[in-house]
Amino acid sequence: MAASITMHDQKQSQRKVLKKKSVRYFQESSEKEESTSIQKSEEHGEIKKLNQVAEKNAERDDSTDDRRKRSKDPFEGPAKVSPQKMKKYSRGERMGRNLEGRTAQHRFNLKRSEQRYELAAKQAARAELLLPEDAGQVLRIPISNLKQHSFLEVGEGSDTYDVRQSEITESVDIGSAAKRFELTLNQFGPYRMDYTRNGRFLALAGKMGHLTAFDWVSKQLLFEINVMETITDVQWLHVETMMAVAQKKWLYMYDNTGTELHCIKSMSSVLRMSFLPYHFLLAAATNYGALQYLDVSMGKMVSEIKTKQGRLDVMAQNPQNAVIHLGHTDGRVTMWTPNQHEPVVKMMCHKSAVRSVAVDPKGRYMATSGIDRTIKIYDLRTYKPLQSYRVAHGANELRFSQRGLLAGASNNIVEIFKDSCTIAQDKPYMVHRLKNPISDLDFCPYEDVLGIGHSNGYSSLLVPGSGEPNFDALEVNPFMTKKQRKEAEVKSLLEKIQPELITLDPNKIGEVDRVTFQQREEDRRVLFGDLPKQTFKPRFRMKGKSKSGRKENRKQIMFEADKREEAKKSVEVKEDEKRRTVEKEEKDNQETEFVSALDRFKKDKS
Amino acid sequence: MEIRNDLPQFYFVEVFFSCFQSLLLSSNRSACSAINTRLQPRPFCKSEEKRMNIKVKVLSRNPDDYLRETKHDIHRLPRNYDPTLHPFEANREYTRALNATKLDRIFAKPFLGALDGHSDSVQCMSKHPKSLSTLLSGSCDGQVKVWNLATRKCVRTLNAHRGFVRGITVDRNCEYILTVGNDQTIKQWGMEPAASRELEEPVNTIIGKTVFTSIDHHWKDPVYATCGQQVDLWDTSRADPVRSFTWGTDSIQSVKFNPVETNILASCTQDRHIVLYDTREVTPLRKLTLAMRTNTVAWNPMEAFIFTAANEDYQLYTFDMRRLDEAICVHRDHVSAVIDVDYSPTGKEFVTGSFDKSIRIFPTTESRSRYILCGSDEMNIRIWKASASEKLGKLDKREESTVEYSNKLREKFAHHPQVRRIARHRHVPRSIYHETKIIKEQLTSRKRKETNRRKNNKPESIPVVPIKKKAIVVKWNELLTGEMWLLLVLHGIYIQSWEQDRFNKGLLVEVNPEMHTSY
Repeated sequence: MAASITMHDQKQSQRKVLKKKSVRYFQESSEKEESTSIQKSEEHGEIKKLNQVAEKNAERDDSTDDRRKRSKDPFEGPAKVSPQKMKKYSRGERMGRNLEGRTAQHRFNLKRSEQRYELAAKQAARAELLLPEDAGQVLRIPISNLKQHSFLEVGEGSDTYDVRQSEITESVDIGSAAKRFELTLNQFGPYRMDYTRNGRFLALAGKMGHLTAFDWVSKQLLFEINVMETITDVQWLHVETMMAVAQKKWLYMYDNTGTELHCIKSMSSVLRMSFLPYHFLLAAATNYGALQYLDVSMGKMVSEIKTKQGRLDVMAQNPQNAVIHLGHTDGRVTMWTPNQHEPVVKMMCHKSAVRSVAVDPKGRYMATSGIDRTIKIYDLRTYKPLQSYRVAHGANELRFSQRGLLAGASNNIVEIFKDSCTIAQDKPYMVHRLKNPISDLDFCPYEDVLGIGHSNGYSSLLVPGSGEPNFDALEVNPFMTKKQRKEAEVKSLLEKIQPELITLDPNKIGEVDRVTFQQREEDRRVLFGDLPKQTFKPRFRMKGKSKSGRKENRKQIMFEADKREEAKKSVEVKEDEKRRTVEKEEKDNQETEFVSALDRFKKDKS
Repeated sequence: MEIRNDLPQFYFVEVFFSCFQSLLLSSNRSACSAINTRLQPRPFCKSEEKRMNIKVKVLSRNPDDYLRETKHDIHRLPRNYDPTLHPFEANREYTRALNATKLDRIFAKPFLGALDGHSDSVQCMSKHPKSLSTLLSGSCDGQVKVWNLATRKCVRTLNAHRGFVRGITVDRNCEYILTVGNDQTIKQWGMEPAASRELEEPVNTIIGKTVFTSIDHHWKDPVYATCGQQVDLWDTSRADPVRSFTWGTDSIQSVKFNPVETNILASCTQDRHIVLYDTREVTPLRKLTLAMRTNTVAWNPMEAFIFTAANEDYQLYTFDMRRLDEAICVHRDHVSAVIDVDYSPTGKEFVTGSFDKSIRIFPTTESRSRYILCGSDEMNIRIWKASASEKLGKLDKREESTVEYSNKLREKFAHHPQVRRIARHRHVPRSIYHETKIIKEQLTSRKRKETNRRKNNKPESIPVVPIKKKAIVVKWNELLTGEMWLLLVLHGIYIQSWEQDRFNKGLLVEVNPEMHTSY
């Protein structure tokens, strides 16, 4: 009996301790240890030790006055922010001791600005708490476990690939269920499609000329026309009042009532388009291997690049640096900016033709699929392969969602992968099979919806966890009014980034340009500096030819000659180096060239 | 039991196929560094026991949370600071900075208005110590006018002097105005205009022996100083000067009280000196000789020891009173003699006027004075904004934050070539443009000559004099001991004979030996 009473007391005291623990966030380590020791000892039934602890606690309760004196504010200081969260918002490492600055004042200023950046990151991380929405998800819970577990606690690791659309629509609210629908348009397919930047409107373009745009949530039709010509691609521009349509011959622009606004004859036989919203550039890849950039704010062709790669029908843009990725039949993926007529990066991605390219919204990973029926993931920071997946028919279309889900369409099946870039997945996140071959697919921004264009129309699927739950209204706003849209348009036009600023590293302009400075210094040194000291001494001549002025003239002439010779030498050295490298390359190529037995029948070139 | 038939059978086929292929390709495998993952065959049929319940959460936003309730509310703008949603941060900031710089130039409309009314050119001006909207000006025909800047109207006209009005000042209690003129008088006028419309008469008139060229009032005490042949210190209640200072013989053209160390007084003389006085001392404090004449000086209202001298050599020199052997800063942009200089109340910048018909503000910092007033020989006074593109009046909170933001961005990208080019660009009159070029040419040629001379002489025979020291010819210090005099004599430094008696009185000389030869 006595033992049971003591047990009871102990439990009470223990509860007190635990209660304290729940109240106090930053507990003293000793107390923490005690509570754990209690739990441990309970398991082993060490009553003696427990008694001691209980006594100790009782003492503590007696001396509450003392404690009150000592007790601190449990939430003292500003709320703590985890460094993990802050990392997301940080703008680079602190320079610390390596801080460079000409004067102490400069160093102080730099230090202070670093502190401000850190504060900004901290504030942003803290503001995460205020985000109103959570991302969508699908969980499978075994029936046997259903009662014990709440929604969030289980489901880790359980497979979701066999969850069907019908099951999802059954278990979500009516409003969300209405987002799963099919449009049967069996006359003019197959269909290409595009969502507006805010995900409110959808444009569908059938290959046989059918063009329509509508608010896909309310199913309110904007217009529906037939352009009486083959349509190869459709692309919304910066707002939902304008879209570009690539037709058989030229590129056309329509407004949201289906009125033809422009016919751009300088862009013909376009196969794929991509719009760079911050630069107001429409990038178009054509049938004859040209990549064209049209400035839609001015209607001016910014750049026309002849890629010399043949038909270009695989295109994607990197949303973080506005670099256009093109896939080619030789298995290469090339990356382009409007400023350079050569690709900024060439990557050999597949051993056969590339069928589709997609870039992760954070701009870190690129997914490619080839005829060799693999999907490969590349790291765009190192340009190295990360993962390689083999899929049934290969993927003819790839898309990343805002939260990094990768959808691949192979013939009539869509497979969606989660975390496919960082972790090797052996199962897809979701699978859906259609009756018709898929021609295009796209995730709807800020919604858990995947739109699929196919030969029999269009289907909209629910993919929980694909869309970004919290939009930034100053960037893109799905609930924008007409007036807000107009204002945002003006603002964004004012802030249009010039096409010259498109580079692989978008933050280059905020950095110190050391390279140019060093190059300039180097050039100057070659031109003016590091010359041999003048050793020429004009000898004495008669008849007034050795007047100081004339002597000086002769000196000057020799000096100039020396300078010229030096410059010439440096140029020669450079050219020599270049020649040597070219020769070496040629030699290497010759060595690797495959020599066939039939080569002897080749006509002699000479 | 449910049979899933929406997944086809080819997965099995695929597995067989890929296994086969993997055998074929196994030799190649090692070449690829990526992790090759083959997707597992997926069961398309599930038994009853394995059947699980699914829980789905899909994004569905309630529009009520995102739309405003009534037309009179402000729009709801949820924010998300995730950097993925805000790409091209640096590029956009740069574009904003560039736009801000361009807008700054576009909206640069500095001219506010002109105060018209004088019938001869304006000779001097004075601010009212307490009322921001009051300005006093004196012209060459002897008239003094009091202006209301808010209404831009002349409030009062005084026919003060015969000939030029040389100086105006207001007593710190704002009870009376003091004017000096070419007619050798100091006149004291009441602050309030006379009730009747009769010709106004001065409250007090002091007739001096010589022409007074300038007047300034003490910042606290009822004391004022005039200058002409000597600097006189007057008590407002007396008709004779309390004290007179002389050092050298030539006439003195300007005198200014220090607003912080109120007993310090600076004057500049026709014979190229700047002389400092203390009103509590009997003799002057220090003297500085520059290469050319200084027209006027202005004290920094925030830093007690700092004053700026407007010089005839097109430049301005900022000095620390305690260290007169070199200037703190030399301001050089004018292409003709600088006539006048005045500090902004913040002490962060000052405005200068010059014979090249330009007004310049040196150096520009963030807090600015509101107006610049300039009198000219065109008989009117013009009012200018200190920052040309600034909006007048009270700013909205939003406007204010926008201005702050764009200023910060301009500061951040100030060194980018495009931004710098646009920010620096000004359309100056042709005469200034050409003159600037000529001066540049002169400077480079002088520099070239100096380097050539240095090249062709013994090393270190021609010392390098920094620009801050170049204009200073002699620095005269107060009260040195006989020992130091001995030192100077030992060093063979020559003192002009007219300074001998001053030396005998106990004042001594520190001479810049290099410049002394030219002196």
